[in-house]
Amino acid sequence: MNEPPAPLLSVENLSTWFHTPAAIAKSVDGVSFSVAPGEMLGIVGESGCGKSVTALSILRLIQQPGRIEPGSRIMFEGNDLVTLDDSAMRHIRGNRISMIFQEPMSALNPVFTVGDQVAEVVRIHGEGSRKDAWKRAVEMLSLTGIPDPEERARQYPHQLSGGMRQRVLIAMALVMNPALVIADEPTTALDVTIQAQILELLVDLQKRFGTSILLITHDLGVVAETASRVVVMYCGEVVEEADVETLFSAAHHPYTEGLMQAMPQLGESRDRLNVIPGSVPPPTDWPSGCRFRDRCKYSWELCEQQHPPLYQISAAHTSRCHLALEPERRAHPHPPLVEQLGVPA
Amino acid sequence: MTEPSWMSDTRERIRAVESGGTSEKSGPLLSIRNLSKHFPIKRGLLGRTAGAVRAVNDVSFDIARGETLSLVGESGCGKTTTGRSILRLIEPTEGRIDFDGRDIRRLGASALRAVRREMQIIFQDPVSSLNPRMTIGAAIREGIRIHRLAEGAAANAIVKRLLEEVGLRGEYATRYPHEFSGGQRQRIGIARALAVEPRFIVCDEPVSALDVSVQAQVINLLRDLQRDRQLTYLFIAHDLSVVKHMSDRVAVMYLGKILELASAEDLYREPMMPYTQALLSAVPVPDPRIRKERILLQGDVPSPASPPPGCVFHPRCHHPAKDAACAKIVPPLEEKAPGHFVACIKQPPTLVSWEQQQEAGGVNPPVRYLPVVEQLSRSDN
Repeated sequence: MNEPPAPLLSVENLSTWFHTPAAIAKSVDGVSFSVAPGEMLGIVGESGCGKSVTALSILRLIQQPGRIEPGSRIMFEGNDLVTLDDSAMRHIRGNRISMIFQEPMSALNPVFTVGDQVAEVVRIHGEGSRKDAWKRAVEMLSLTGIPDPEERARQYPHQLSGGMRQRVLIAMALVMNPALVIADEPTTALDVTIQAQILELLVDLQKRFGTSILLITHDLGVVAETASRVVVMYCGEVVEEADVETLFSAAHHPYTEGLMQAMPQLGESRDRLNVIPGSVPPPTDWPSGCRFRDRCKYSWELCEQQHPPLYQISAAHTSRCHLALEPERRAHPHPPLVEQLGVPA
Repeated sequence: MTEPSWMSDTRERIRAVESGGTSEKSGPLLSIRNLSKHFPIKRGLLGRTAGAVRAVNDVSFDIARGETLSLVGESGCGKTTTGRSILRLIEPTEGRIDFDGRDIRRLGASALRAVRREMQIIFQDPVSSLNPRMTIGAAIREGIRIHRLAEGAAANAIVKRLLEEVGLRGEYATRYPHEFSGGQRQRIGIARALAVEPRFIVCDEPVSALDVSVQAQVINLLRDLQRDRQLTYLFIAHDLSVVKHMSDRVAVMYLGKILELASAEDLYREPMMPYTQALLSAVPVPDPRIRKERILLQGDVPSPASPPPGCVFHPRCHHPAKDAACAKIVPPLEEKAPGHFVACIKQPPTLVSWEQQQEAGGVNPPVRYLPVVEQLSRSDN
């Protein structure tokens, strides 16, 4: 096996906590992962797992009372983004790292034409004239598959459909040819046929420009079809990381396993869906020991006593589960604690 | 002109459908005929009507007792408007709605209230459908009070029993909506719908706002309740995997029309309408070893204010026999296989004769086209 290339982005022990008068919400709590050049890395998890806060932390868009905690490092092209000064950070945002948001309507300004909004990105970061910027904007809109880009560029966001608006956001994200694009649920607000178009476009543009993409989603199907590596998050932590084939054929962490079994799928019919009982605890109150243990059907004393580290399962597969020490326990599931206590989701 | 045997056969079946659709003697619980809802578009200072958005356009179907019929389709296809029109939460423009043999469009206010006790709705967003200043017990008790089903301690006992039935604790009745998670709030919404002991529930995207693990819990709950209380569901959703899991039969909507209606098994095994084929092929599969070939639809859904003439799907259709006739002839919803209704004049068999199609400018005779079926059988090998 070849030595993996030096990562483009390396998030090391990132903690982003929100300090409210009542409590500290540890939304992101010691997260580490890296993205290689030209790679599509998927981050999967349910609401409140910390995936979006991770994305915002990378771009330093965390606002009070949120804070990136000391000891966190975000290495990108030789800089630690956590300690970088504001003007250098502004140069990186939109230029070297850009972001595609979930809701295209609220991410676009309703009173400017979409062409102006794409051109604005060029003018902020590049030299060039107003005219050149407009030309680049139209080119980029055309590359994202918008028909009649000249004419569309002169239209306002409300004149475009949801799918078209998402293409405009992708054009804005890619117009400076950044090294990394963070796509936070880029297709969640779209219909399934439009989602298919947009995912195809993202994969195509990624190949064409060699951009790295950090794809944040709750949809395992989207990850399976686009990402090469996957990070699963739960309660502010990375609980499993593997290449996409390994994750879907041999998930190790009981949470990942549960998520996959809870999804209804087109190709099979079951009378009842398997569920993960209970619900995600609030970020102000992560359980001690393993954060998943109350909902887990394999947990035992060790899970309560000791917070599990990320165990190495195989060369490129890690899992934050003590089952790595006693794999034979997987053969003997039991009703999870939340079910024994009768606390519903 | 001699008519092929399948044609008269199909005609028989279509007649059967027009006269009711289900073969059960007791008759369907709900029967919708030619339902339309047009929203006027007002223009200018005087608010003149300048056109209409045809949200639902001539939709007919039946739902048998204890059955789950799903309406699927993308945003703006009219599935939610259909659901609300049935409850007369939106007053339909045209059509007939029979619930257990009663034409509910002719009912006055008090009779309608009585029928609504039997027809309930569960909304997509459990947060905005609960009053933040009302304890959940009070919210659930409201229906019981309005319909005068019980009072005082008896009502409280019902609330407690309902909460337990949907998997919550009875003592939660004194808490407020913000104290609950999304999944719990949806359980409260379900308990509230059940409070008046309905027979029929419109489930309008009940799990779309929920995370996967919680979604599975709510889906299982809805199925358990259906079994225990013999409920009939109209299940409205855009997630095709969820729909397959929940439904007995599925109707696919596009621009206010039903384009395909079949048992869930048939629809997912052999989708015949090109739109359904594209919809199914677009669903991401959580298995990286499967690389499906997508049918990528070009462009966007046209505006329901000016739907395309003829077949509403023709501008985006990928059927190899598509031609000028598709833009002229409105395809009837015909039975192409037992119980499998499809609105497509290019998918044989069809009652729209080849001569008629040629008159409308058609050049390609109908031909069977099942690309998704081929893919599914290939992935089985």
